[in-house]
Amino acid sequence: MNTVKSNVKIAKDVYLMKIEGHFEGRMGQFYMLRAWSDYPVLSRPISIYDIGVQEISFLYHVVGEGTERFKQLEAGDPIQLEGPYGNGFPVVQGKVALVGGGIGIAPLYFAAKQLQQPDIYLGFSRESYLVDEFRPFAGEVVCDVGGIIVNQIDYTRYDAVITCGPHVMMKALTERARGSGAKVYVSLEKRMACGIGACLVCSVICQGGNRKACVDGPVFAAEEVRFDAEHGV
Amino acid sequence: MQNMACKVAGVHFKNPIVMASGTFGFGKEYAKLYDINRLGGISGKGLTLAPKAGNPGVRVWETPSGMLNSVGLENPGIEYFLKEETPYWETLDTARIVNLGGGCIEDYRIGAELITAHEKRLREGGRCSIDIIELNISCPNVKEGGIAYGVQTETARAVVREVRQATSLPLVVKLSPNAENIVEMAYMCEVEGADGISLINTISGMKIDTRLRKSVFHNLYAGLSGPAIKPIALRMVHQVAQHVKIPIMGMGGITTANDVIEFIMAGASVIQIGTYNFMNPRAGEQMADGILKWMEQEKIVSMDEIRGIL
Repeated sequence: MNTVKSNVKIAKDVYLMKIEGHFEGRMGQFYMLRAWSDYPVLSRPISIYDIGVQEISFLYHVVGEGTERFKQLEAGDPIQLEGPYGNGFPVVQGKVALVGGGIGIAPLYFAAKQLQQPDIYLGFSRESYLVDEFRPFAGEVVCDVGGIIVNQIDYTRYDAVITCGPHVMMKALTERARGSGAKVYVSLEKRMACGIGACLVCSVICQGGNRKACVDGPVFAAEEVRFDAEHGV
Repeated sequence: MQNMACKVAGVHFKNPIVMASGTFGFGKEYAKLYDINRLGGISGKGLTLAPKAGNPGVRVWETPSGMLNSVGLENPGIEYFLKEETPYWETLDTARIVNLGGGCIEDYRIGAELITAHEKRLREGGRCSIDIIELNISCPNVKEGGIAYGVQTETARAVVREVRQATSLPLVVKLSPNAENIVEMAYMCEVEGADGISLINTISGMKIDTRLRKSVFHNLYAGLSGPAIKPIALRMVHQVAQHVKIPIMGMGGITTANDVIEFIMAGASVIQIGTYNFMNPRAGEQMADGILKWMEQEKIVSMDEIRGIL
């Protein structure tokens, strides 16, 4: 059992929670978080926003019962973490673009800190948040509110594009990047039960058959994912 | 000295904690978290003759004290399992249960024959990877087979009879709470030569998205599990225990050592943990410790002292 250090509102329904303790994890990995006993039944998979000295932080969007409970946590409250889980982002060579949509920016901050000055594209539907936090680690930062961020990218400039956000955004990005030479990696959000590959709740429909978002992903080469077949994402 | 061990279908279980099919993969995943040899047994992911991709769309939805799942028996198929997973199962020191599903009677029969032949070959060489076949006639999430066989006793009888003839391995039949008559169904299994009964599988349920005006699940209905179903499961185990002599693996919403004791008092020989694995991934070892502690507190030496006392 760990302890909440802080839990701060960043924007409407968006919170940044810091938890005390020594944690490990690679960029793009996630933890299963739980701050209740019986209900909700399942833990919540939340990607690593950052890891610091004796703390880990998670950026989350309040969308349901679990995240509503996270929102109510205060410094000193207990919380349980299992992880790190998932494959994480690949260590890519060359010029990289990170593209986040809404709460999909969450795993990109930890990645931005570890990659070599990637260009960062952040798209929001209503209000932007944490954009300035990315600047020290970025080449260029492009922020868009209410528009279509994936239309603002010249994909031919990049060797790799790493993206996390709404399914439709990642699908559109994958289509636009096709033929550009940029290798695209998508971080998928799926409902999960176990988080460790045992239950098959989070299957992702891929070219070679189903794969598990929790252990084979959440990061997949975009060319593998059958976006048209994927639904309920 | 407390002894948690018991026998089901002639197979030794070092304690009554067995991990339920569909929640425990083939064991490897949880073996990274704790020593799964501490468990009484594991039941692997439900297998069908041909690999299955499972159901599209939403596969899980939470409910008060429970969850609905619509995984739809996604699995790599029996032949893959026998080739790729049983070498690991050979190394395990816990009862190993293969959960067998099917689309038609022929599928069940061929599946049972393949498993039995594989195990026979191994045992001739002094090795062993499978202790029990758990026949799944109760999955609510597949259109063919599954629950289609698990509701009517006479329909189920043909499957149980066919598989019984196809295997010399101990056979346990996993029953659906949606059965027309759970006692009659269990009794039929005993008459047809089953060595044990597992119950209950998930209860058919539903969740409607009122904004979209449709079920959240592609298959309309899904299987409800978790603490919400425990009272129903406990009642059914008790009812069945009154009418069959073969052992029962009880399951449904077990989350505490006390829940385990309840099931054993109702007549179960061992219990299975399902959804609770998702609530507490270290459930297995903690539950085994909890049972031992309870026995020490209550000065119970053997589970036989409390089994079926109601």
